[in-house]
Amino acid sequence: MGIFIDAFRDGLAMLVSGATDVWTIILVSVQVSGVAVLLALVLGIPAGFVLGSKRFIGRRMMLVIANTGMGLPPVVVGLVVAMLLSRRGPFGNLELLYSQPAMVIAQLVIALPVVAAVSAAAVSAVPRELRLQARSLGASRFQEAFMTLKEARMGLIAAVAAGFGSIISEVGAVTMVGGNLAGKTRVMTTAIVQYTRMGDYGPALALAAVLMGMVLVVNILLTSVQSSAERYER
Amino acid sequence: MKDHSVRPATWRVASAALAVVLAFSLFGCSAKTTDNASTEPAPVEKTKVVMASTTSTQDSGLFDVLIPAFEAANPEYIIDVIAVGSGEALKMGENKDADVLLVHSPAAEAAFLDAGFGTERRDVMYNDFVIVGPEADPAGVKAAGDLNAVMTALGAGRAPFLTRDDKSGTNAKELKLWAGASVSPTASADAADWYLSTGQGMGETLKITSEKQGYTISDRATFLTAQDALDLVIVREGDSGLLNQYGVIPVTDATHLDGANAFMEWITSAEGQKVIGDFGIEKFGQALFTPNAK
Repeated sequence: MGIFIDAFRDGLAMLVSGATDVWTIILVSVQVSGVAVLLALVLGIPAGFVLGSKRFIGRRMMLVIANTGMGLPPVVVGLVVAMLLSRRGPFGNLELLYSQPAMVIAQLVIALPVVAAVSAAAVSAVPRELRLQARSLGASRFQEAFMTLKEARMGLIAAVAAGFGSIISEVGAVTMVGGNLAGKTRVMTTAIVQYTRMGDYGPALALAAVLMGMVLVVNILLTSVQSSAERYER
Repeated sequence: MKDHSVRPATWRVASAALAVVLAFSLFGCSAKTTDNASTEPAPVEKTKVVMASTTSTQDSGLFDVLIPAFEAANPEYIIDVIAVGSGEALKMGENKDADVLLVHSPAAEAAFLDAGFGTERRDVMYNDFVIVGPEADPAGVKAAGDLNAVMTALGAGRAPFLTRDDKSGTNAKELKLWAGASVSPTASADAADWYLSTGQGMGETLKITSEKQGYTISDRATFLTAQDALDLVIVREGDSGLLNQYGVIPVTDATHLDGANAFMEWITSAEGQKVIGDFGIEKFGQALFTPNAK
């Protein structure tokens, strides 16, 4: 157990001392995954609303696609995004590979199906009668949508948390498209891999603790949303 | 209402699909076990020896030839190669997670031996480093006189320089070259703009260098192997300062010290040295490593 105690002491000292590189890594992680989740919300909640409330041809197929997308292997996303953005790839002239925008793109692709599928489930749980009633009382389509999303808010918070959780812990895709460049694209997961590879267990464990803390917060949020939803149903 | 009539069907389809998948995986497993049982009435008890080595050696493909040759000569041993940076390889030795090390970081190796973590160290082979960069050579490396002038040209920061920054042998060599030319890239005011740290292995760092159209230092073997996918050329090679010496070190009190010693004896023997000297000739028209065990 000595190995853990030593590493933990090193790591803790590093975090407390405010070692800039460790805090920069944490900041880049939150920044990249935060922007990716925001974009995933902007695109995913409307998509989830349509999938969850409207009836149209191809809806089931799109639900299947969204649900499959939730299990999309991040390394596959990383591979395809890396090939698309590569200097020799179709979007090579943008010179985006190994930059933060490239990481946001990959994380967006991973998070979007999660956000869309979870919010579709949340929206479809809103009783249809409620929507019909709102319409009959003279609500516009926009007002109806707004009310439905408001009713489904707990599920939408769950969508945010699930989306964020799916990308903050991800390592394969961000390594492939970000390149783990210090101060630029180095995030917690890729830094943990690197520090471990270098035999520096201290900072690796410190970052692991911060990452675990974030995942924990996300899951506390998820669980409280679920339990309050249960109360609501009763 | 519509949903209620559809759901059971979906479930049936889903569970049927799951059953098929499970059946296949079970069948796959059982087939494998029977196969193992019939083909492996092992005459010799094989000992698994863990060798920690470097990503650059692994990426060169040397182990694909070297390990089978050793195992053929010493059927009582199986070698498991863990390819990491030289820094972690030495750490693995220190933690006794590896039995034998094959690394290329002479200064760190000496410290490792001084601390008593290794029983001894022998020279095995060397290869050389090359400095690679964009064809257009914006930093003007090709025009530089000696190696120090090369580093000074690179240190001017006219183009990105990608450092592995991972305590690997290649990284140690790079730092030594900067120090030799009295250039301190991290100290330059605009270091963040051009001195980029990847923290990754050689193959990945070369890819990033190609995308950024910058410079980096690579072992020749990895560069030759990856060359086709890169938009980079060798801008400097052949200096004595670019040689890269590999050593083999059995780990003190290793779990399988006998296997570690057998590997050291074999790789420094005439037979092992020949395998090293022949490697790469067929594929690249040149040997990638020069054996030099004494």
